[in-house]
Amino acid sequence: MRVPSILRGGGFVAVLLLLPLLGLQHWFLNLLVFVLMYATMSSAWNLVGGFAGYPSLGHAAFFGIGAYSLALMFKDPVLANGYEPFFVLPVVGLIGALIGWPIALISMRTRADVFAIVTITFLFVVQTLAFNLHDLTGGAQGAALPVPPFPAASFELPFYYVLVLLLCLAMGLTFATMRSKLGLSLVSIRADEDKARGIGVRTTGVKVLAFSVSVGITAMVGGVWAYYEGFIYPQFAVDPLVTIAMVLMTFLGGRGTLWGPVLGAVILEAGQQYLTYQLGAVQLYLIVYALIFLMIILLLPRGILPTIEDRLRQRRRRQRADAATADAALDLTAGSDPVTTDHVDALGGGTT
Amino acid sequence: MHALIQGVILGILTGGVYALMASGQTLIFGIMKVVNLAQGAMVIMASYLAYQLFTSFGLDPFLAIPVTTVIMFGLGVGVELLFLRPLRREDKSELSLLVTFAVALLIEGFLSVSWGTTYRSINTGYANSSWTVAGYQITVVRFWAFALSLVALGLLFWLLNRTRFGRAVRATVQNPESARLLGVEAQRVSALGFGLGAATAAAAGSVYGLLYPFYSGSHYDLISRLLSIVVLGGLGSVGGAVIAAVIVSTSSAIVAATISPAWSEMTFFVILILVLLIRPQGLFGSVSRGAI
Repeated sequence: MRVPSILRGGGFVAVLLLLPLLGLQHWFLNLLVFVLMYATMSSAWNLVGGFAGYPSLGHAAFFGIGAYSLALMFKDPVLANGYEPFFVLPVVGLIGALIGWPIALISMRTRADVFAIVTITFLFVVQTLAFNLHDLTGGAQGAALPVPPFPAASFELPFYYVLVLLLCLAMGLTFATMRSKLGLSLVSIRADEDKARGIGVRTTGVKVLAFSVSVGITAMVGGVWAYYEGFIYPQFAVDPLVTIAMVLMTFLGGRGTLWGPVLGAVILEAGQQYLTYQLGAVQLYLIVYALIFLMIILLLPRGILPTIEDRLRQRRRRQRADAATADAALDLTAGSDPVTTDHVDALGGGTT
Repeated sequence: MHALIQGVILGILTGGVYALMASGQTLIFGIMKVVNLAQGAMVIMASYLAYQLFTSFGLDPFLAIPVTTVIMFGLGVGVELLFLRPLRREDKSELSLLVTFAVALLIEGFLSVSWGTTYRSINTGYANSSWTVAGYQITVVRFWAFALSLVALGLLFWLLNRTRFGRAVRATVQNPESARLLGVEAQRVSALGFGLGAATAAAAGSVYGLLYPFYSGSHYDLISRLLSIVVLGGLGSVGGAVIAAVIVSTSSAIVAATISPAWSEMTFFVILILVLLIRPQGLFGSVSRGAI
């Protein structure tokens, strides 16, 4: 019944790699590019927000930092084959991680709500910086990136495959974290940080490391996004809604799970694109989005995957109980005692 | 020097209005341990209400305050009952952040649909008049906004310190468990407390519309300032929020006057970082397990 994780992962990657070969239309590939972006970022957010229990609301700042880093590196649009921006993505990630390190050191002195507040304030500051540092970012006029010289027929594909790679990186890191002492340390921080420190978990180092890795990946996605869009503005590059999307997708799918953030990204990003398309005007779309948002949190506070897992576990337990009751009933009939349903209920209570 | 003192005057006057908004937010946190990310949206919503009352009925925004506070009080109670009460206790603090953000989006969407996304401002007859005292300009609107904030804050302090409800609120802030044991109805205090927080947003919002032009997305600017203020003052401390509001608003006005208005936003964050480095619980906050 249980598929080994290596098969599941391999199958997932194979499907992702083969999907574009179906000759998909541009709008669908475009949708897939955005789904992959958000799946990667939600997986990255999950490392901090899901495992360590530090609900960062500032991740979009690093998305913007990545976007502007790439824009700065390619101010002169001389591209030989168009793949150069992809090759510098590790550098972009490193920049994000290096900026994230001191930010984490300071903000992670606080916990839970206050941490969320400090990180969201950081987000607004980075947005202000993006508006004000005209020389670096072009301010409100925006910054241009070189035009990718890819043929129109397969324009999305390079971005698609790079994002598949980034998603594999994020999910691979998540998988490795879950199997390692690091993951255990993070979960212990979420459960009770003081106790974790008491029994010798190096809490500060672990959580700051998780934050840096997480925002590094986010910055790389920001870089890909900037190159894909071709022109970036402060209000879209550093957008609180991007953070909220990452958080919401992780919550919808299931915090602290490997597949939850990806599942959440697929459902929400597809839904969001559909809503924007259907309701057109941004305003109405905001209301519907907020209502869906509220419904998810109120009806599925733990996320889809943990809820399903719980149901399955309960059913398995019930089946085991049923089997035990049946056995007991057989024993009783063998002893030629009249068996009523009352007896069976008393023995295992299997029918409810 | 003249610009500096002018900046200080402006900062203190504006600080009063921020103090009013922030006191509601910190009160909500104190009672329910909920960071209300919709506080800014509620302020802007009240600005729109005041705007509508002024353009339709010619009602002065200051006189509209009783109307807007009652409406927003009801809205606050509704939000608490509908969206915050159903949350389970163990993950309430995390989820409530998301819920209040969703409420902020909901309000933003509603405002955009009703009034569009262009900037509005409330232009009363006295909008541009000002007094000159010893060479310094004091705009009439700002002065009255400051006076009103003082009155509203005074009312709030009276409510908290002199009434039975206030005593229940303060008991809940200090220790929710013991308050419950002593017969405080926690749920009622939560609902009324959230309503009260929304009402302060309404009072401040009616005035905010007089001071600055606003649109449905303005709440993002507001909320980042408010959050800096409440963290600086110490979450849950109303007095701390008032002092922090004045400090932050004055220093950002000084930066605007001496360096550049574009950088005044940064002041909030720089102060916040400095305080967190030295005193993570804020100026007047107490260390409570789990929060800091």
